[in-house]
Amino acid sequence: MTNTWQDIKNANVVLVMGGNAAEAHPCGFKWVIHAKIENHAKLIVVDPRFTRTAAVADVYAPIRPGTDIAFLNGVIRYLLEKDLIQHEYVRAYTNAGLIVKQGYGFQDGLFSGYKEDTRSYDKTSWDYELDGQGYAKVDDTWQDPRCVINLLRQHVDRYTPQMVSRICGTPQDKFLEICALFATTAPPDKALTSLFALGWTQHSVGAQNIRAMAMVQLLLGNIGVAGGGMNALRGHSNIQGLTDVGLLSAQMPGYLLLPKDSELTYQQYMATRQYKPLRPGQVSYWQNYGKFFVSLQKAIYGAAARADNDWAYDWLPKVDGGGYDIIRAFEMMNNGQMNGYICQGFNPLQAFPDRNKIRRGLSKLKYLVVMDPLDTETSRFWENFGPQNPSDPAKIQTEVFQLPTSCFAEETGSLVNSARWLQWHWKAADPPGEAQTDIWIMSGIFHRMRELYRKEGGAFPDPILNLTWDYTNPTDPDPEELAKDMNGRALVDIKDPSGAVTLHAGQLLDGFSQLRDDGMTTSGCWIFSGSFTEKGNQMARRDATDPREQGLAPNWAWSWPANRRVMYNRASADPAGKAWNPQKPIIEWNGSKWAGIDVPDFVPTIPPSDAAGPFIMNAEGSGRLFARDQMAEGPFPEHYEPFESPSPNVLHPKVKSNPAARVFADDRAAFGSSADYPYVATTYRLTEHFHFWTKHALINAVLQPEQFIEIGEVLAKEKGIGQGGWVKVSSKRGIVVCKAYVTKRIKPMQVDGKPVHVIGVPIHWGFTGQARKGYGANNLTPSVGDANTQTPEFKAFLVNIEKASAPPA
Amino acid sequence: MAGLQSQDYIRRSASTLTPPSIRNHEAEVAKLIDVSRCIGCKACQSACMEWNDLRGEVGHFEGSYDNPLDLDPSTWTLMRFTEWENDKGDLEWLIRKDGCMHCEDPGCLKACPAPGAIVQYANGIVDFNSDACIGCGYCVKGCPFDIPRINPVDHKSYKCTLCSDRVAVGLEPACVKACPTGAIMFGSKSDMTAWAGERVAELKSRGFADAGLYDPAGVGGTHVMYVLQHADRPSIYAGLPDSPQISPFIQGWKGVLKPVALAGLALAAIAGFLHSMIAGPNEVQAEDEAKGRRLLGEGDEAP
Repeated sequence: MTNTWQDIKNANVVLVMGGNAAEAHPCGFKWVIHAKIENHAKLIVVDPRFTRTAAVADVYAPIRPGTDIAFLNGVIRYLLEKDLIQHEYVRAYTNAGLIVKQGYGFQDGLFSGYKEDTRSYDKTSWDYELDGQGYAKVDDTWQDPRCVINLLRQHVDRYTPQMVSRICGTPQDKFLEICALFATTAPPDKALTSLFALGWTQHSVGAQNIRAMAMVQLLLGNIGVAGGGMNALRGHSNIQGLTDVGLLSAQMPGYLLLPKDSELTYQQYMATRQYKPLRPGQVSYWQNYGKFFVSLQKAIYGAAARADNDWAYDWLPKVDGGGYDIIRAFEMMNNGQMNGYICQGFNPLQAFPDRNKIRRGLSKLKYLVVMDPLDTETSRFWENFGPQNPSDPAKIQTEVFQLPTSCFAEETGSLVNSARWLQWHWKAADPPGEAQTDIWIMSGIFHRMRELYRKEGGAFPDPILNLTWDYTNPTDPDPEELAKDMNGRALVDIKDPSGAVTLHAGQLLDGFSQLRDDGMTTSGCWIFSGSFTEKGNQMARRDATDPREQGLAPNWAWSWPANRRVMYNRASADPAGKAWNPQKPIIEWNGSKWAGIDVPDFVPTIPPSDAAGPFIMNAEGSGRLFARDQMAEGPFPEHYEPFESPSPNVLHPKVKSNPAARVFADDRAAFGSSADYPYVATTYRLTEHFHFWTKHALINAVLQPEQFIEIGEVLAKEKGIGQGGWVKVSSKRGIVVCKAYVTKRIKPMQVDGKPVHVIGVPIHWGFTGQARKGYGANNLTPSVGDANTQTPEFKAFLVNIEKASAPPA
Repeated sequence: MAGLQSQDYIRRSASTLTPPSIRNHEAEVAKLIDVSRCIGCKACQSACMEWNDLRGEVGHFEGSYDNPLDLDPSTWTLMRFTEWENDKGDLEWLIRKDGCMHCEDPGCLKACPAPGAIVQYANGIVDFNSDACIGCGYCVKGCPFDIPRINPVDHKSYKCTLCSDRVAVGLEPACVKACPTGAIMFGSKSDMTAWAGERVAELKSRGFADAGLYDPAGVGGTHVMYVLQHADRPSIYAGLPDSPQISPFIQGWKGVLKPVALAGLALAAIAGFLHSMIAGPNEVQAEDEAKGRRLLGEGDEAP
């Protein structure tokens, strides 16, 4: 989230699209209700199904799964055509006026530079025209046909309300009603908040879904302001923390990137990461990349990371070809290229796409280690549970180790919530039986591995043998010690130019501005620097005082970065430094510095007259309507159909789906056609359950006991399916047999003149736990991911459905 | 303050004695359920199970999100979901938390023949005293909202207590505490009525012209009230009675028919006594034992 949960109450319009906040985030949803009651906000829900969020919405519009970009590009077209944007904001704070290189273009569904053989782009043309000093050329009058706003205008011109309706199946009047509501937040003192989640990410165009909405928000001047922002509601209590500390296949802590295998030296790695400002006077904060990187290397390797070995750069793994995401991992498993798997707090057999492929992959492993508080399906994948898990143990040689772990209430530590708050929590009970904390288990594995490397050498022992492990109890490090590692400290006395010591050796840092690239500081995750200082554990703070009652509570826990609650908050003020919305200011220029109720997301002493842009992480200082080379499939979002879709791409029939998405051959062969699988399916979760965990809890099992799918009345009648009757849902990859909920909440949509039926598939049931046994929803889903993140396309695929009888009990 | 006691009674089932009402200075309480801000998350339902230590069976999917499908001895509150198309043709998903309404004039209490099995406290809460309950089911018949349920294992009647044990020590009911959106509120009846007025005004401003408070006069008003978007037709909310009344038979039973009925009871008792003298007491048969074991076996979770 750019903003906080509590800040939602400041919104004038709340958009829930690409998510289902009331069902998936019922506690945080209270702030939407606050916005409605106290701020008279309007709630818009755009979703293929009429959800529990829609039940309390002012406007609901249906949309065909996987067509959000068409909808949002249509919104952009509407705002530009009717000139309902926040002009001063767009002119001063976005790259609308920057001039794009000759050579950039878009034709028939492809941007310039497409290479069909590698399904990727040469992105050199996706950039600005530079002047002699290396700065991007600009036309603030927006007359130049190649400035970003005009190229955007041209790009979205095809997305008329008629076209939106034709692609999305959304009735035109509902679409236009929603556009008009969006536009009510273009005035400087009005804000719209966008609440989204996996409904946008789990598509082959997931990242571009979110970009499209971010562009809408920039045009409306809704980023950085109270009640605005792009608010990703995270699905696990600590999934934000997971990404923050870099537990993704190509990342390191603090959103630093793992080197690519083409970056042979530290110098090569840094050459593309110096982020020289692209406009005069811009902050371009990533210029400090080296400080964050060197301090991270010092945290990992301690004294062994030195200037003369380039801070142990050579010991880092180098990414070859995109990263080892889950789809690739299971592809490799199936090909016999990966034969051991450590599965920590993850249940792939339930959670990953094309479950039969997952089971086949696990069956080929030599060993599988499962660390989990629960008896997961993955740990029992080899066992025959009937049609819900038809395995033959005699044919599976995988050795499975189940290591029971503590759950969140049985350990001390921090969880990062969606709003980037690191909240410390304290152990409430001892874990049952033989369960141990993940820290204890990982320490044990590490010590045994290091011992083996010591004894036996091995091909490349350095990264393991040199790892620093300086804890009071090396076999079970204290969470507070680990938190201090993340925060970072001075390694030697650090002096100012006068020679006075500003930081003593060993002293915990106050924040990342103290980090250095000369090896004198350490920090395991630069964005967490400031969370555990000499003043104590900032994450453990519990002072709910809330200045101006704007939902920031700056002394409650600690928010990265720098305890900042609203990202880009310089943009809450106009170019002269006055709040756009005087009723809800965040920071303002007081004549000598930026001050207010939040930590400025800006250099506090740069005056408005310097015209530095508020988006300090971008080299041009402005929000990007044109993404340059940052996205895999184009600098503007474009509508591509899901890989399984019932409709042609009416905009460019030859380029139907995301041309830059990676698709493995066997996965492509497992895509079904609409001739065999005519209905669109989408998977989701229900309030009563949390993923595949709470089916192990009796109360949750009582509240939603048994698997079902949701089907509209029209299709049910066509197929002779009665309320609560048994059905078989099939995709080219597998089947689900369960009961049907025949509902008015899903209606056929008219797409390109034809009716499209949607079938809803809740995900929660498996074959372990207290709830009734069910078929995993991912029996049905396709193994293809977003072109940037490889997040699987769970939200739009094709199935067939027929009446069935109950499976054997 | 200790728990609610006999001094707090203002009504007591099947009793000719007027309760002492020593503590009748207590403010009347009310739970206000604002249907327009309910998201159907069932936090109330799970909090009720937790606080009252109730665990029903893991049931089946029955064609709706209502789980279990109905109130039962271990389900004292239940979210009921209704898909309703309004006059404009737009779908509304009406989600109502069902449970005891704690009527000012409780039909269950009036119908109850067991002295003290149902009582009403000065704060308005209608509570069941299981010790005195004889499991006759008259309360079920007497309730205009179809709320009480007889447990087949212990033959006692159960329903929402409005968490009288929590309220007695100054806490709100468990469902109120758990509700994430503030759709369930608790306080004095006058405060809740006033707040409902504000909510109704806000709903009218959003186009719900018939929004209103459900506090039906036919049972003297209730201590559980609803804010409804369509107060002109309560029955669209999963059969909430449009104008609930205590059955005339119950009214009659408490009125003119009561002496007649008592005479009938007396006759039955005499007949029973004579039968016992002549035929001897009933013996427990083997099949009775087996049936009892079956019931108990299924009833591990019984309160």
